[in-house]
Amino acid sequence: MAAKRKTPVKSRNPDLIRGVGKYSRSKMYHKRGLWAIKAKHGGVFPRHAPQPKAPAAAEKPPKFYPADDVKKPLLNRRKPKPTKLRASITPGTVLILLAGRFMGKRVVFLKQLPSGLLLVTGPFKINGVPLRRVNQSYVIATSTKVDISGVNLEKFDDKYFAKEVEKKKKKGEGEFFEAEKEVKKKLPEDKKEDQKAVDASLIKSIEGVPDLKAYLAARFSLKSGMKPHELAF
Amino acid sequence: MPFKRYVEIGRVALVNYGKDYGKLVVIVDVVDQNRALVDAPDMVRGQMNFKRLTLTDITIDIPRVPKKKTLIEAMEKADVKTKWENSSWGRKLIVQKRRASLNDFDRFKLMLAKIKRAGVVRQELAKLKKENAS
Repeated sequence: MAAKRKTPVKSRNPDLIRGVGKYSRSKMYHKRGLWAIKAKHGGVFPRHAPQPKAPAAAEKPPKFYPADDVKKPLLNRRKPKPTKLRASITPGTVLILLAGRFMGKRVVFLKQLPSGLLLVTGPFKINGVPLRRVNQSYVIATSTKVDISGVNLEKFDDKYFAKEVEKKKKKGEGEFFEAEKEVKKKLPEDKKEDQKAVDASLIKSIEGVPDLKAYLAARFSLKSGMKPHELAF
Repeated sequence: MPFKRYVEIGRVALVNYGKDYGKLVVIVDVVDQNRALVDAPDMVRGQMNFKRLTLTDITIDIPRVPKKKTLIEAMEKADVKTKWENSSWGRKLIVQKRRASLNDFDRFKLMLAKIKRAGVVRQELAKLKKENAS
């Protein structure tokens, strides 16, 4: 195999239209300087001695030949992309959650995770919403933005939010009849620290805007006379 | 009982239906019983049914079908824009537009302001009631 180039080869033959180059074969021969290479090596193209091939391992004949030809399924080369983010949702936007435990809460958007879900935080001190993932479809984006520049979000991705895998317990007879104690899972300390770190600079920039803290603490609800299709968010 | 606002050349009207909804236009000519030729500084002169127009109190002094330049000069002279924005009708429309464009945060701040004002009013009222009762 020829040595790999550091930069990919840029074609010296620009396309006039797809499939038709600007220069003919003879012109390209001249452009690439093949005449100079030939002249340097006395009228002959330099050839590398064929590299010795590694001896191929002796293949054993298979033990079993299937009776029918089984079709191999076609390869799937599709790599899913994260969901397209609505143009109204940018880092620092205040979102209104529409479903779930925190429905109606106004929350700050941090970033989109590789799975497509939105990473969001209350901040926790203001409205009790922790660092959480939320789907774009269950969210209204308002036009209010919060300054998010002081926050480091690199350590958060989908793996951070994966559920803890519990070790499987062997079912013994004694354990069957014992009342299974429901131990409330405590939140690990490092997650609490992460929450505080993210919220620290956020809360500072929120307190800079009058009434924004109270706004984030309040829940959104439709009142009499409010028509969602006529409201501007 | 009698009519107060007449269709005449120079009558300023508000468009209440169609593509130019909400615009102020000037009647520059009458086409027939139902239609008028209508013009505004920012639109191409064209016909409009009277049913699409609501007459205002403002008139300007123009000849029949004036050139655009003359129309604009006459509108500046009569100061149509300020007269409209100071009239109660014009002010109402401006307030409606502002309310419709309020952001969710704006609506929250508005609610806080309303509560604050109501609180102040109630305090004053309580004071007056107390004075009267004694």
